Amino acid sequence: MSFPKVRVPYLLLLPGFAFLFTFFILPIINLAQTSTQTPIAGGDTGQYEQTLAFSNYIQAFVDNKEQFGRSFVYATLATIFALAIAYPLAYAIAFKSGKFKNILLVLVVAPFFTSFLLRTIAWKQILGEEGFVVPGLRALNIIGQQTTLTSTSVAVVAGMTYNFLPFMTLPLYASLERIDPRTIEAAGDLYANGLTAFRRVTVPLSLPGVVAGTLLTFIPAAGDYVNAAILGSPNTKMIGNVIESRYFKIVDYPTAAALSFTLMAAILILVTLYIRKAGTEELV
Amino acid sequence: MSKDPITARGDLRLTRITKSYGDFTAVDDLTLTIPKGSFFALLGPSGCGKTTTLRMVAGLEEPTVGSIHLGDTDITTTRPYQRPINTVFQNYALFPHLTIFENIAFGLRRRGIKDVKEQVDKVLNLVELPHLAERKPTQLSGGQQQRIALARAIVNRPALLLLDEPLGALDLKLRRQMQIELKWIQREVGLTFVHVTHDQEEAMTMADTIAVMNEGKIEQMGSPADLYDNPKTAFVANFLGQSNLIKGKIDGNDGDNLVVDLYGQKISMPKKRSHAVDNSLYAGIRPEKFRISRLGTPVKGNILTGGHIEDVSYIGVSTQYVVAMPWGQEVMVFEQNDDGVAPFDKGDEVNISWEPTFTFGLRGDEDIEAGTEVNPEELEEE
Repeated sequence: MSFPKVRVPYLLLLPGFAFLFTFFILPIINLAQTSTQTPIAGGDTGQYEQTLAFSNYIQAFVDNKEQFGRSFVYATLATIFALAIAYPLAYAIAFKSGKFKNILLVLVVAPFFTSFLLRTIAWKQILGEEGFVVPGLRALNIIGQQTTLTSTSVAVVAGMTYNFLPFMTLPLYASLERIDPRTIEAAGDLYANGLTAFRRVTVPLSLPGVVAGTLLTFIPAAGDYVNAAILGSPNTKMIGNVIESRYFKIVDYPTAAALSFTLMAAILILVTLYIRKAGTEELV
Repeated sequence: MSKDPITARGDLRLTRITKSYGDFTAVDDLTLTIPKGSFFALLGPSGCGKTTTLRMVAGLEEPTVGSIHLGDTDITTTRPYQRPINTVFQNYALFPHLTIFENIAFGLRRRGIKDVKEQVDKVLNLVELPHLAERKPTQLSGGQQQRIALARAIVNRPALLLLDEPLGALDLKLRRQMQIELKWIQREVGLTFVHVTHDQEEAMTMADTIAVMNEGKIEQMGSPADLYDNPKTAFVANFLGQSNLIKGKIDGNDGDNLVVDLYGQKISMPKKRSHAVDNSLYAGIRPEKFRISRLGTPVKGNILTGGHIEDVSYIGVSTQYVVAMPWGQEVMVFEQNDDGVAPFDKGDEVNISWEPTFTFGLRGDEDIEAGTEVNPEELEEE
């Protein structure tokens, strides 16, 4: 056995590369080809030929810009709400939980023990007439007596916030946990009160976790269609729902492919701008 | 309570401070005054309560009982950020996300000081690292980080600077260098330094006054020379340097001296250097105070006969002997190699002698092993 040392890293890369090439690179090339096809004149449903119709992209975008916009608005809202809920949670687990730390961490990931679909369907009942949320809010006069929550954008955003909460919490916890508590003591020692120490030391030091958590929430949320399909209505359709129906219901592969690429590009651009802005060069 | 920072200056007074955690008493009824402008060391083994004391002064812990005054101001329950006290933390606790400049400017900015740039530059020059202003802490060596931690604290010109084992993470050579530098900086800036350490040499090199702590109490306080020369307890005698403690009985008076019987041999020692409470006493003699002589050689002062050399270690500047005494005790003797006389050999029959004034007397009921346990942490560092 005497491989020259320099080849070993490449050998280690090989299984991953082979797997991704077969199941990611090739399909995506296929998807790219599909995105510029047009229906064969006189052909059956689902029969397309390559015509390099880049106009598919424009057409697909123009037809669905409402759903695109909605996807990004919902994903942004879900990310903000998840951050608002997860930060105090992760902070408490990292600094204040003492011997309950491990139990709390298990509870954070406990939802994964049940199926994603099942949990989302459960939300339908929680927010339905028979749940306690709607009667409770009505009793407190926070919502009108006729207002319902199912099939609304509130339900979709709430479901997304819930479903992606662990993805926000875990990276936040990891970066808060890494902070040396003495640096926070040092801030207090150097005339920073609790709030200033939090703003000037804790928050900046947890920023890698904030960036990782928001990306892990925003990216899947922007492409999500399950929450909108189960908890929403035709008025809350996201781009994921459109792609899904184009593929499986309408059998309009080129439009679905073009939309997929547009979504990918949009997310890529937004994420790049965000990381630039957050300035966490260590992360990328 | 006012939210404004306190501008008090003056002596630090701890009055009957006790700090308990459940059943464990970390600091036990401690009363202590640290004079303004002094370099004060709290010295003791790990777990003796010195760091807890420091944290109470910093405001990071609150005493269970007792009060802390700075000058005439009671700061017992004042929040850390309101105290004119800064700390050089163990392992430095620099802010990893800020540049060296911003680390040092942190305290100045919080207090709304105007000429931040000027003051930071000044203190960076004092610690001789002006070229590192734009670096991040992780790009600095341990010694450099140590100096920045010091700069970050002294730039605020606090009434009190607390140093928590500040040199613990540095290697021996760098530590020696920093000891001299810290002492120099303290004189330069004229602040009160309170230094917590388990390293007796570090405390003795730097401090004007040392308080030796053990089990939450102060064993003895004084100048390094006082403590070394005339320790009051076995703990101090053993923790600061090495001591030979020989059991004896006070056998009478001779003017200002006591006559002490050590296993049948009479010696003399000054009365005022005895801390015994009854007739039983341990006579303490530092190893370098002993002289070794061959049988029959005339000697001055106290003499103990009947020893023989058990072990010899030649270490250049001196030779260390272990001498077995007739009553079964082994004593340690350090002889300077300055007389051209060939060292003694193992097995030589010898007498040991010393000047009576070098003797100190401890209570006869002391545990003579107190303070001798070698701290594993220290071993590792040395």
